[in-house]
Amino acid sequence: MDFISILSIFVLACFVGYYVVWSVTPALHTPLMSVTNAISSVIVVGALIASAAAGSASSKWFGLVAVALASVNIFGGFAVTARMLAMYKKKERPAPKAPVESQGAK
Amino acid sequence: MMEPTVAVNPWVALAYLVAGVCFILALRGLSSPATSRSGNRFGMIGMLIAVTTTLVTHVPYTGFPRGASCPAGTDCFGISAPDINTMLAIAAAIAIGGAIGFVTARRIQMTAMPQLVAAFHSLVGMAAVLVAIAAFLNPGAFGILGADGNILTVSRIEMSLGAAIGAITFSGSVIAFAKLNGNMSGAPIILPARHVINLGTLAAIVVLTGMFAASAHAEPGGNNLFWIVIALSFAIGFLLIIPIGGADMPVVVSMLNSYSGWAAAAMGFTLHNTAMIITGALVGSSGAILSYIMCRAMNRSFISVIAGGFGAAAVTGGEAKEQRPYKRGSAEDAAFLLKEAENVIIIPGYGMAVAQAQHVLREMADQLKAHGVNVKYAIHPVAGRMPGHMNVLLAEANVPYDEVFELEDINHEFSQCDVAFIIGANDVVNPAAKTDKSSPIYGMPVFDVEKAKTIMFIKRSMSGVGYSGVDNDVFYLDQTMMLLADAKKMVEEINKSLAD
Repeated sequence: MDFISILSIFVLACFVGYYVVWSVTPALHTPLMSVTNAISSVIVVGALIASAAAGSASSKWFGLVAVALASVNIFGGFAVTARMLAMYKKKERPAPKAPVESQGAK
Repeated sequence: MMEPTVAVNPWVALAYLVAGVCFILALRGLSSPATSRSGNRFGMIGMLIAVTTTLVTHVPYTGFPRGASCPAGTDCFGISAPDINTMLAIAAAIAIGGAIGFVTARRIQMTAMPQLVAAFHSLVGMAAVLVAIAAFLNPGAFGILGADGNILTVSRIEMSLGAAIGAITFSGSVIAFAKLNGNMSGAPIILPARHVINLGTLAAIVVLTGMFAASAHAEPGGNNLFWIVIALSFAIGFLLIIPIGGADMPVVVSMLNSYSGWAAAAMGFTLHNTAMIITGALVGSSGAILSYIMCRAMNRSFISVIAGGFGAAAVTGGEAKEQRPYKRGSAEDAAFLLKEAENVIIIPGYGMAVAQAQHVLREMADQLKAHGVNVKYAIHPVAGRMPGHMNVLLAEANVPYDEVFELEDINHEFSQCDVAFIIGANDVVNPAAKTDKSSPIYGMPVFDVEKAKTIMFIKRSMSGVGYSGVDNDVFYLDQTMMLLADAKKMVEEINKSLAD
């Protein structure tokens, strides 16, 4: 791919990011941060290429350390996001609603 | 310019594109709590696709780097064999990192979320630096080695950018982590002439990157300018964050989130990888938007936050003031009024989380609902220590998310509200933000609690003031009842009285 095609993808993705992120509800801004954290670890792709390549032992070691660091982030980021999102619950409608209405007369 | 393009299999390029789309869907899912969990799964699928594609297309071989042109007179295929040791090393790196990440994510307390996110940012930053170094030492593996034996010029700029942003993200996040975690005082550390030092360092990074790009010596690992750029970037990340006070950390964490994205995007340019570029752009915009939202919520300009120093001088004053009269109430009084109320709006602040009062608060709301009271929660964007933090803390205490409202959605309801129940918040209900032009918080959007019939204000004592160090007129209003005690103890006592 030439530089201009890559740049086009990048610029369009920035616009997509802008509109998608504004549509995120403020209540979920913390999970947004932890999930963006997890997906930015896609840098692991570069780390894996470096680790797998022969030709430079030091390059390989830098790659392996980067794989480990990015893995902390991938597993940690998705796990903590899932943990947070599991806590967001709706009001359970049927149980408390009916008695509340009858008692509420003041 | 001719680029020695590595033969890209269209299926591989397609796989990375699909991964990128999955990441977009992951963020899209967060538009509501109902779809958020499937969004997170999209994120995981995208990551799985990206990693699997890389592993399959980059099986380690002994011999020459794949993608590099074979040195003259050798036969690349003849001497290559799958390299089992490297495969095992990669598997071990993933397993070790994954285990550490998973266990941390399971154990972390929700109040410590900002520190965790800062720590995670630092890892992304460091990974970006390491990948850039690896590309610098072994450019052939990334297909960025020119025919003249030098690294391609465009790639030199891209990898320097990636390394520089990654290094800033790393050292900045380490400082943010230390400040949030209490390893370091939250007070700003002001160096003399810091603006000159910072701008000078930034200029040096730009100039050196240009020199590296223009240099005739860019054989793999052969130009020391690259190392100097990285070293200066580590320094500037550190210097940029130390003068920023604890109160501004929500902005800093969002900003570093953005940087980690730009670092990933820059490396995506180096690697010609669509998944990395799309993700980097998403994360970069996300962090930038969150920083903007946080700045707006504090009525601060982004530049003034970055310049730092806020919160250094604000703690003075407040001592010499004469004691104005206020009304003090007991838990019984509060319980009585709350029970009689029709509409109650609870305004939680970070003090509530510090006192670990969120669970007893939810019990109180449950009791009130059983008495027919309509209970809502009102959340200011800066109520926690990072964007959306208070929502997570309430969700953890089983508060249903449809009872929780944002500032602009609920502010008009205070005039119909019988009790505004303020717990652990202060600056976000201070009317000085609307009226007093000399106040440091002037212009910050605040809750109109003074319109409520009764205000209950839980506070440890009358001496302490909010984060900004400003006195609050709400304490002395006729309809205000001060409940002076530890937040958790006070709510427990109210619960006891409500139960009787």
